[in-house]
Amino acid sequence: MSIQHYQSIFGNAATETRQFNTLFVIFLVVCAIMYLAVIAFLILGLVRRRRSDAANTVEEGRHHDSNPRMQAGLIGWAAVVGTGLVALAIASFVADRSMAVAAAHEKLSITVTANQWWWDVQYNAADNSKMVRTANEIHLPVGVPVHIYLKSNDVIHSFWVPSLAGKQDLIPGRENDITITPRKLGIYRGQCAEFCGAEHAKMALVVDVDSYSDFIKWWRHQLEEAAPPATPLAKAGYAFVTSRNCGACHAIAGTPASGTVGPDLTHLASRRTLAASMPMGEGNLYGWVADPQSIKPGTRMPTIGLEPDQLHAVVAYLETLK
Amino acid sequence: MSSPWRVSLVAIGLAALALAGCNREERHSRSKPIGETVPAGTSPDTIWPGGTVAQTADPRARLYDNNAPAIAAGQQLYTQMNCVGCHSHGGGGMGPALMDDQWRYGGRIDQIATTIAEGRPNGMPSWRSKLTEDQIWKLAAYVRSLSGQPSKDAVASRAESMSSTTPQTLTPREPAHTSDTAAQ
Amino acid sequence: MIPQRVKQEDERLARERAKLARDGPKLKGAKLEARLERTWRRPPGILGWLATVDHKEIGRRYIVTALIFLALGGALAAVMRLQLAVPDNNLVGAQRYNELFTMHGSTMMFLFAVPVMEGVAVFIIPLMLGTRSTAFPRLNAFSYYMYVFGGLLLWGAFALNIGPDVGWFAYTPLSGPQFSPGKRADVWAQMITFTEVSALAAAVVLVCTILKTRAPGMTLARMPLFAWAMLVVAVMIIFSMPAVALCSSMLISDRLIGTNFYNAYEHGDALLWQHLFWFFGHPEVYIIFLPATGFVSVITETFCRRPIFAYPVVVLALISTGILAFGLWVHHMFATGLPRVGYSFYTSASMTVAIPTALQIFCWLATMWDGRPRLQVPMLYVIGFIVIFVIGGLTGVIIASVPLDLELHDTYFIVAHFHYVLIGGAVFPLLGILTYWFPKITGRMMSETLGKIGFWMLFLGFQLAFFPMHFAGLLGMPRRVYTYPAGLGLELPNLLSTVGAFVVASAVVLFVINGLFSLYRGTIAPQNPWGATSLEWATASPPPPYNFAHIPVVESRTPLWDAKGELPVVTGLRVDEKEILLTTVVAAAPDLREPVPEPSLWPLIAAIAVGVLFVSSIFSPWAVVFGAIPAAIATAAWFWPKELKRHPEPVIS
Repeated sequence: MSIQHYQSIFGNAATETRQFNTLFVIFLVVCAIMYLAVIAFLILGLVRRRRSDAANTVEEGRHHDSNPRMQAGLIGWAAVVGTGLVALAIASFVADRSMAVAAAHEKLSITVTANQWWWDVQYNAADNSKMVRTANEIHLPVGVPVHIYLKSNDVIHSFWVPSLAGKQDLIPGRENDITITPRKLGIYRGQCAEFCGAEHAKMALVVDVDSYSDFIKWWRHQLEEAAPPATPLAKAGYAFVTSRNCGACHAIAGTPASGTVGPDLTHLASRRTLAASMPMGEGNLYGWVADPQSIKPGTRMPTIGLEPDQLHAVVAYLETLK
Repeated sequence: MSSPWRVSLVAIGLAALALAGCNREERHSRSKPIGETVPAGTSPDTIWPGGTVAQTADPRARLYDNNAPAIAAGQQLYTQMNCVGCHSHGGGGMGPALMDDQWRYGGRIDQIATTIAEGRPNGMPSWRSKLTEDQIWKLAAYVRSLSGQPSKDAVASRAESMSSTTPQTLTPREPAHTSDTAAQ
Repeated sequence: MIPQRVKQEDERLARERAKLARDGPKLKGAKLEARLERTWRRPPGILGWLATVDHKEIGRRYIVTALIFLALGGALAAVMRLQLAVPDNNLVGAQRYNELFTMHGSTMMFLFAVPVMEGVAVFIIPLMLGTRSTAFPRLNAFSYYMYVFGGLLLWGAFALNIGPDVGWFAYTPLSGPQFSPGKRADVWAQMITFTEVSALAAAVVLVCTILKTRAPGMTLARMPLFAWAMLVVAVMIIFSMPAVALCSSMLISDRLIGTNFYNAYEHGDALLWQHLFWFFGHPEVYIIFLPATGFVSVITETFCRRPIFAYPVVVLALISTGILAFGLWVHHMFATGLPRVGYSFYTSASMTVAIPTALQIFCWLATMWDGRPRLQVPMLYVIGFIVIFVIGGLTGVIIASVPLDLELHDTYFIVAHFHYVLIGGAVFPLLGILTYWFPKITGRMMSETLGKIGFWMLFLGFQLAFFPMHFAGLLGMPRRVYTYPAGLGLELPNLLSTVGAFVVASAVVLFVINGLFSLYRGTIAPQNPWGATSLEWATASPPPPYNFAHIPVVESRTPLWDAKGELPVVTGLRVDEKEILLTTVVAAAPDLREPVPEPSLWPLIAAIAVGVLFVSSIFSPWAVVFGAIPAAIATAAWFWPKELKRHPEPVIS
């Protein structure tokens, strides 16, 4: 399937980033004005015509004198720079406070736990039977503030979806949080933004902002168990997945596989990405299941060394996990 | 030898040293397919009939035994596969202690790997179908570190978790006594 | 009552003292120079070379070694840029790429940027201050050897394929025992210990030299601005380096013996590392930048033919930057979830530190306005500095704001920012000052044509390489990624950056070629080729081992421009023993004659002993105990007083 990946800071898709854009433009304008002032002073100082005896140089014996207006210039410069910086600091503080105010009244609560090198996403609910667990993908209803708790199982990672919000680190032993209020429908890509080891570059996540009804539809579907396999090949795959290596680390709701070490696979095939780095598709599934170490060397999923018919069966089964 | 020869020999020696790397730091992320951990016909311990102590060391021992990334991966697998449930962090419980000097089925890395893969009587499950050979050997390497067998520069001192053992860089090295003393 | 025996001894010594040869009204010219040369030159041969305490030799070694590390770090960057030229590239794998950027950052920050500034300072400061030697010359030699050994440790490990791969600031718990198995991170942490000891030693040498050995009459208010910059930098080093020594030692301790400093599950804290590291890390970048501002002041003064406008303002700017730099470090941690109200303080502090720098820039520009700028190569580098550094400073103001930083932190926008301030703010002035002081160091002029070509290549190549990185960051490219996917719009900025990186590399190569060519074929330099005003130009190019035949006296901020005819001098220092004149701290009134140590191998031996201690403590905690013994013996031998019999005047052997 074709996927639009959108990872720009100017995506402007949430309340938080809208304020970013305004603030960024303010800073850019003020800084550009200051820069142009410096360059103008520089160029004028270099190219201005000096009468043969006018410069205050050692050759003219006036190197201890300086232009009488220069001192006033220095004070003026200091005042301009100081005022500009104070204005920028106030603008920054005001923007920061208004983003924090907007981050009240969350209606949805998600816990994201970062691992090397994938995102464990869990939708919190008062009732455990209503909790949804997925990986590397978040679906959000537009216009609803969501509170995301950020935890880490190993090293420091950073949760960053540029189009939606600034980043926040996931630090082992601490619980951080971030609030996002998406305002535009669409698909947004994010990436881990704190160096976390060998495959830091391949720890992406996708945020899908849907309308409220689409979100509820998705969420209800995520609560369903995996459908039992229908075809013989898929049944063979099911047998392998639940009795061999896969169940040791992965969980598929409605089957004996209940490992929590790796991502939840219950609705794997309906996700947009695989292994936090590739588009979901049959070819990529084959490649990943056959030899994850050649795609993402160092990843925690081992290369099992499946026989060809085992590989066909497993992939056929995984593709039924929509 | 004349001087240019000596200089180039030294240069070649240094280059060889440079390219050799260091076995402690080698990362082996590709594993061989699941198969027999032990070549058919010989068992590296003396518990089972027909078993002999393997005359040549298993070549995989060199890859895993004092290999720091392998021991670190084994440490993570030890918690994730719930070895802690029976063996605690080496002190034992339902299962025997792993940090002492008593090894019923042998304390060499290939013997420990066989134990993990095959399972053993009285409760040690067989992991052959659940873990790859690479993962099993990494676990075996870590288990050896609980009794201080590997060289101290290859082990991690502690995990990022609650402290449960002496730091492994300070763990004294226990001799690996097997139950059948005649064999060792 | 003084015993008769002692009185007679005193009188005998007083008679001997009166007969001692001193540089003076009677002994001068070629005869004086020959005797000073004999006294001050070091023993010939390899042992003499290793035992030298001549600050000019040590300074040259620092500069050459640092430039070698610049080349090595730059080569790594070239490979990194090749990997990032196209999306989903597989030139270099993830593990190797992580090692590359760790080595690139660590080499540039610890093995090039700070040591080259120290090296230039160690070479030029005694000359600029009108004295014959630094204070503590053996400590100076020790500092160089510790630096070299640290660099050899890091690069030796990299060559042996056990180089670090945790980034140049090695956040825990990634660099902790569980997630960085083996000894790679320990090698990195111990390299820090080497370079930090080296920097502390050099800082002590510089502070004492600047405060106590200045020429008579060179009050603090008449001291060259470069000396002020180095004074502030040396004090900053003394206050900041211990933080990084502490955190890296705690990391080694966690990794070696299982302490829990950074283990959150045993009441440690992963953020402790970040606080301690950045408490050092932020002053570190000003430690790199402030000497460069000193270079800019020196060049601007000479090439605009007048002293810097508002000298007191520049001095106060240097001091306040040095102090403020210690209050900013949390701006590296805005994404870690610390209390928001505390962040606002660091935003304000980060913006405040821009003010003294902005004032310095005004003063330089005012000097250009008031003077008559000559656009020779060093001045071109100063202009390049202004154009590039101010962009970097302004992007710094942008990322000082918390909401903006939360988007831009850890992206290529930051990479662009710090390369603008480090290359624009430190490398450009450095290349300018190396061109400027090349005649003083080597006795020959660098080629002006090659210099101009190299400047333009560097300037344009730099813009091509680093300006697109701002856009890469704004389009969502994080730092420290070995590849990126197609379709995010990152292809064009990365390709441009790669092309630009190679232009930059060529410019640096051209600079080195210019240097090597000029070393053998350059025009022979006169004593003061640029018509400059500070004291280093009052002696030959290159200076003789004793620097000055007579110690000059300074009566203004621009001694050579204000001296009518010859510089006034003081006389009376011994010629057959090495000694320097100590002056008072503020007013530089002549105070004491201080003997200067003879060349000695003990700094090298002590550095080897301490080096063995540090390297072996990577592998075993007992090394700290047993390795301390040779280190203690070497240090004791170094400081051992040689003779106890009374000399007419004290000497240090």
